[in-house]
Amino acid sequence: MRAVRLVGLGWVFQMKMLLRSTFDGFLGILWPLFFATTAFLMFRVNNDGRTLLYAALGASVMGIWSSTTVAASSALQRERWYGTLELVVGAPAHFSLFLIPITLAMSTVGIYSMAATLLWGRLLFGIGVHIVHPLLFALAVPATIVSIGLLGFLLSVTVVRYRTAWALGNALEYPVWLICGFLVPLSLFPGWVRPISWVLAPTWGVRAIRQAALGGSPLKDIGVCLALAVFYGLIGTLLVDTVLRSARSSATLSLT
Amino acid sequence: MTSLRVFFIGGLTSYRALFNWLTPWILIPSFLIAPLFQILLFAYIGRTTRLESDQFYVIGNALQYAAIPCLFAMGNTISGERYQHTLPLVLATPAARLPLFVGRAVPVVVNGFLVAAFGLVVGGAILGVHVPLGAVAPLILVTAVTAFSCTGLGLVNAALALRVRENAVTSNVLFGLLLVFCGVNVPLSTLPSWMNTIAQGLPLTHGIEAGRRLAGGASLHDVLGLVGAELLIGCVYAVVGYTLLRVVETESRRRGSLEVA
Repeated sequence: MRAVRLVGLGWVFQMKMLLRSTFDGFLGILWPLFFATTAFLMFRVNNDGRTLLYAALGASVMGIWSSTTVAASSALQRERWYGTLELVVGAPAHFSLFLIPITLAMSTVGIYSMAATLLWGRLLFGIGVHIVHPLLFALAVPATIVSIGLLGFLLSVTVVRYRTAWALGNALEYPVWLICGFLVPLSLFPGWVRPISWVLAPTWGVRAIRQAALGGSPLKDIGVCLALAVFYGLIGTLLVDTVLRSARSSATLSLT
Repeated sequence: MTSLRVFFIGGLTSYRALFNWLTPWILIPSFLIAPLFQILLFAYIGRTTRLESDQFYVIGNALQYAAIPCLFAMGNTISGERYQHTLPLVLATPAARLPLFVGRAVPVVVNGFLVAAFGLVVGGAILGVHVPLGAVAPLILVTAVTAFSCTGLGLVNAALALRVRENAVTSNVLFGLLLVFCGVNVPLSTLPSWMNTIAQGLPLTHGIEAGRRLAGGASLHDVLGLVGAELLIGCVYAVVGYTLLRVVETESRRRGSLEVA
């Protein structure tokens, strides 16, 4: 119960901080719109409403990943700059319970971008979003957000020794947009790319959202999405212990 | 002589000190990996929509990516100094402002050129894009001119950094606008006419068009008008940027807001 409270309160506080940040809040919404606009301009040439909706749904998830990847990569570095890293490491709660709400809040902020992208598509390009299974859509969106948030958690722990991890996070933005099928069908890629796509939750998240909106069966995709979220959470938690033990023993916790 | 020293030595020192992307841990992901994936992303979207050839996207996105160093590095000449608390010291010096600010732009032009050239060569190789051998030298010229014109816009961005605290946001917004408006991924002819009109006044538009024509077999003579337009636009932005820098600097001194933006 205390763990749930900690994650919940941490998420609320992080959301408040992120929404007051020009970089994470304003730019987080605006940045994916540039790419969505370009994609809409490219897709509308075919004059096919269904293809445009396919693009709009994919583009809307781009913002969730964008708001997570850069911020999550530098999440621990940011705590170092704030001077709070030692305090939270020294707290009796498990460190992952502190880090998970941060990355979950980052992916949750992406919902603003998602809404803005769909609204942008509707107002400027006339892309009507008729959702065939609203309830399943309402289930697919949070599942995608949670799974991307936990992927961000795993990323933040994995790159903790990389001092300029924000640059790595930046560089990971396009590859995930590309190989997770946001705007390009996976069938267009060479065979060796597909297994990489399958272990990335955004692939299943965007599929689930599309299936729910366009009239398919998204339950399997939502299930895979959540299973991957649990997997990322477990691996990340194990890695946190290893990383913290190493940082404590070598006294490098506060080194930037 | 002092002005020359400020221009060359000052510009290079400032670039090395402020633009910390020179570390390989930032340079490789930001300047080598990201542009390649931007090229691949739009080339694959292009394959999905069957809009244009891979060559169209390689040239458009490689040249457009020069905007990252050109916009961010020029913005950093102000916001980086402010972050390190050296901005008032720099602006308190009696050094002439022209070599001080313009000198900082020269390494940025080189950086932008190298990033775009890398995207063209490696992006082209990955996607199997072939460019006629005779087009290589003119393409180098077009790439350099495009990097110059982007740096002109970067000077405007530097002036904005004297007023805006989150300069990374303005740099990203400018980058996004260039992506949408300059015909990077969508032929200008298919854009709404008002977007096409705006594009004519932005850096990149004419450079990208010239690059595509060269790759399509045109000679340098055929694209001289486009190259000239790109150069002229770069000069106009550089003059506007420098003037804005002087105006905002004076205003910031008067209001005592150099460090607070």
